[in-house]
Amino acid sequence: MTAPLLEVVGLTKSFHSGGRRVVALDDVSLSLAPGETLGLVGASGYGKSTLARVLVHLIAPEGGSIRFRGQDWLGLNGAPLRAARRHLQMVFQDPLAAFNPRATVGSVLTDPLRIHALAPRAAWREEVARLLTRVGLAPEHAGRSILDLSGGQRQRVAIARALALKPDLIVLDEAVSALDVAVRAHILELLVELQRASGLAYIFISHDLAAVRAVSHRIAVMEAGRIVESGPAARIVRAPESAAARALIAAVPHLVREKQG
Amino acid sequence: MIPPRADASLCRLRGLGVRYAGSAQPALGPIDFDIAAGERLAIIGESGSGKSTLARAIAGLLPAGAALTGTLDWPASGRRPHPGRDLGYVFQDPGQSLNPVLTIGEQVTEGARRHLGLSARAARAHAADLLAQVQLPDPGRLLAAYPHQLSGGQRQRVAIAAAIAAGPAILIADEVTSALDTTVQAAIVALLDALTRDRGMTLIFVTHDMALAAQLADRIAVMGAGRLVEAGRAGDILQRPISAEARRLLDAHIDLDTPPLIGEAAP
Repeated sequence: MTAPLLEVVGLTKSFHSGGRRVVALDDVSLSLAPGETLGLVGASGYGKSTLARVLVHLIAPEGGSIRFRGQDWLGLNGAPLRAARRHLQMVFQDPLAAFNPRATVGSVLTDPLRIHALAPRAAWREEVARLLTRVGLAPEHAGRSILDLSGGQRQRVAIARALALKPDLIVLDEAVSALDVAVRAHILELLVELQRASGLAYIFISHDLAAVRAVSHRIAVMEAGRIVESGPAARIVRAPESAAARALIAAVPHLVREKQG
Repeated sequence: MIPPRADASLCRLRGLGVRYAGSAQPALGPIDFDIAAGERLAIIGESGSGKSTLARAIAGLLPAGAALTGTLDWPASGRRPHPGRDLGYVFQDPGQSLNPVLTIGEQVTEGARRHLGLSARAARAHAADLLAQVQLPDPGRLLAAYPHQLSGGQRQRVAIAAAIAAGPAILIADEVTSALDTTVQAAIVALLDALTRDRGMTLIFVTHDMALAAQLADRIAVMGAGRLVEAGRAGDILQRPISAEARRLLDAHIDLDTPPLIGEAAP
């Protein structure tokens, strides 16, 4: 066994809403090996996005620890945190909300190169073209406005932006949920290809167990802020132990072809 | 494809086209199609295929300035259905289709009061009854709640209750489950199925999901680039799709029987 890339132990986080205390994360632990995909599945409101936001340092947990690349991740701040962020990137559900709407594709992709000083200015254009090609877009897309792209193209740009920093881990929070069936399938294929080529690890968060199953090596099922079940993807789908996993399996729409059983 | 008998046609489209204001290209058409009274039809297509434009044209809910060509007749009734009274429409995002400053009771009673001429008291009782029929808990208390106090799935149930409040014979559900969790989606599909069957309503279900289309509808119309590219019995389209569009939607379908994309060690 290689050392884990990410090790999360006992995360807790609660919010106050209308005078009530809502527990979003309740003693959440998980680990992830380099190059592995962990699928995090559960219904809305069960803490999946809170976990994603804690992992990328957008919100602080109340308790627990995170080790990432052998470092105490939660203990990082200031310049060391900014420098380390490039190794852990995030892709959100709605790329339109995640981009400056007035940005061009080229500016979205050069920002990370500039901020993290990953490439000299003279190499930006070539690097942007390379990133666009890697996510199945054309170099000519660099001049387009973010608003001129389709939802699927925008999500490809969001993935390219994450890839620009050559991260070890990308957290994908409902990254394919707003997309059409056909576009969704292409983005899932792209994610798997990129992982094969570069050994990236993913945390793939979704309410859609079928999409999670398609790309994940292991699956963790969340309910009410807790991980109620986790294990190899095939086992979770074939022999679920929790009521939450069984409900998610039952909800997957199946193509019922006549006379084919 | 089973063409409905002409005399039973609820809605008859001949050369129907739609062009939005300010757009050089038509968004739809020309479309020739018949919808039979009481049938359960799915309109399926990818984003931008014209499926919602077709549904809105049928409902008479196109935005101002949209230009219609061709004809859209209602042979069975001889007149256009009145939106709200004869035809209910449920939109994709109940967060936008419900009025945020009206209570759930006000939104659901509005249609009943206007179209059924009920008194305020009778409309309120009717609304509570409708909320119970869409399986929302504690309807009496819910009448005073606001949309933001409900979950997405609950809001969609309210939107369905409002759409059927005046007892329309036709229900158009336009991508109503796309913004919802899979578990909530399954519950909403089951609800739509039961409600429209119990009432013998004509159901027009707009979706990009072939599995949901086949689950709810007897007949599927496949759209592509503003045109109707294929229509037929749901089972036939699933078994023997003819158009590239239908095949693409079927190929893109992922469920738990689909081989995973990642190479994994045998369990």
